[in-house]
Amino acid sequence: MSALIVKACGPATSIQDRGRFGYQRFGVSPAGAMDRFHLAAANLLVAAEAGAAALELGPGGVRLTAEGDITIALAGPACTLEVDGRQVAPFTAVRVGDGGTVVARPAPGAAYAYLGVEGGIATAPDMGSHSMHRRSGIGGEPLTVGARIPATPCGRDAALLCLHERPEGEAGPIRILPGPQDDHFSDEALAILSGGGYRLSGQADRMGVRLDGPTLPHRGGYNIVSDGIVDGSIQVPGDGRPIVLLRDRQTTGGYPKIATIISADIGRFAQIPPGEPVRFEIVTFERAIEAARRLQAMIEGLASTLVPLAAPLTSERLLALNLIGGVTSATEAIGL
Amino acid sequence: MTIETLPYPRLLRCGDAAISVEFGDAIDPAVNARVLALDAALAAEPPPGLLETVPTYRSLLVHLDPLRTDFRALAERILALAEKPVATGGQVRRWRVPVVYGGDFGMDLDDLAARHGISAEALVARHAAATYVVAMIGFMPGFAYLSGLDPLLATPRRLEPRMKTPAQSVSIGGAQGAISTVEGPSGWHMIGRTPARGFMPGRDPVFTYAPGDEIRFERLAPDEWAGLDALAASGAPVARCEAP
Repeated sequence: MSALIVKACGPATSIQDRGRFGYQRFGVSPAGAMDRFHLAAANLLVAAEAGAAALELGPGGVRLTAEGDITIALAGPACTLEVDGRQVAPFTAVRVGDGGTVVARPAPGAAYAYLGVEGGIATAPDMGSHSMHRRSGIGGEPLTVGARIPATPCGRDAALLCLHERPEGEAGPIRILPGPQDDHFSDEALAILSGGGYRLSGQADRMGVRLDGPTLPHRGGYNIVSDGIVDGSIQVPGDGRPIVLLRDRQTTGGYPKIATIISADIGRFAQIPPGEPVRFEIVTFERAIEAARRLQAMIEGLASTLVPLAAPLTSERLLALNLIGGVTSATEAIGL
Repeated sequence: MTIETLPYPRLLRCGDAAISVEFGDAIDPAVNARVLALDAALAAEPPPGLLETVPTYRSLLVHLDPLRTDFRALAERILALAEKPVATGGQVRRWRVPVVYGGDFGMDLDDLAARHGISAEALVARHAAATYVVAMIGFMPGFAYLSGLDPLLATPRRLEPRMKTPAQSVSIGGAQGAISTVEGPSGWHMIGRTPARGFMPGRDPVFTYAPGDEIRFERLAPDEWAGLDALAASGAPVARCEAP
């Protein structure tokens, strides 16, 4: 069975699929890809299900070698991929020969990229999912040099595909719904949160992100009897500085949550790199549902924009696809 | 300071993919019983769009697929179920959990007893006499929060949390009891340790206790630890479950 072998990887590299569900009542985080849209794009290009397991790459990226011939594809809002030292466009499947070298990482402007592996990564699922949850060790220990990432054989030569246009995601502010504990904050707190002036701090990982910016005044105490937490919960501890909780979050917590990022915007929020500004916009519940529907349609629509790569990969053809924008050398970036 | 609240139960939006059903704002076994009753009722007949539920001391978090949920119908259904009286004496799993108290197994036992002005022996007797309910599981995989602690044993958490406490510790924090599953930080008072694994990846079932289960502790002599611990490590059940 073909596989990729890890030669170097940043600490934020992990295997993620859609997530691990059904165990939150036992204290198990769902984990799963930070950005499900780009996970789906990477998977579709390598003949895998939209929610299958792929490599999630954080800053630092990854260097791999192929064991056997293997088809891969990289997807992300900004990312770079090199195969055997040649740049390959994102959103394009590429066949790597036995012993070939792959270097991939997110590019400036994005926090995560997804490396789809032929047929989906075939590690053994743990409690129904391949997603690695670092804090509990569920889903396997963090990837280190020498780790083997097996492909799922497709039973045929996977057709080499690309997306005929780079997918355009939503733009604009990150949309939020007030609550569940907005009544634990002073009257002006929600206006402060949506008023701007926030940036992602350097304290950012798969569990959550602390925001720099105006503090949010509580009304009364800042401890509550623990209740449930969701992806996108914006909790505010005693210092008034909001923390956005993401896929590796705990299942319950004891700080009031002023607002929640809508489900459709969690991937977009997760892609904002540390230090960058973020704006929040309060929307109605109806608009949140509409956005969820649009994201779902975009994921389902990806398949219809797949086209076969007619000609072998050449740099001329890749440039003609106009998919590479602002790339830098991936090799240089991880200091290999 | 009091915060203006609506009457309970109340439904709180947690974004577009979850609803929190809140029955109170304090740790109260009667509130928790209502949470667990609603959890069981929804599990018996899951409404369309329901993904999973997370019971806590005072609320039930209902995770939903926003594209498959009729939010209005769900809210009506939840409120109707929440108003029903809580049935008692139903189908509850009852666990007998062996514990070695004190010494290296419960490093805070002597201090805690001194703090309450009783002997370590008396503290253990009180702790082992109570019937507990798994009020919720959270913080770490399988970490069971227990209600039913003898109020005389309630103790504020340590000012300085420990960075590392052993797996399977039996502890007291405020008015709550707990059984931990993995090594981790804790500001709670460690009074004993059970060889029974509440969480064991690869075993079926992975988790031993579920919210709503009843727990009673049985004293285990220190020299019985090694044998039972080896048995538990092999995946054998060490906590005894009584019907159903």
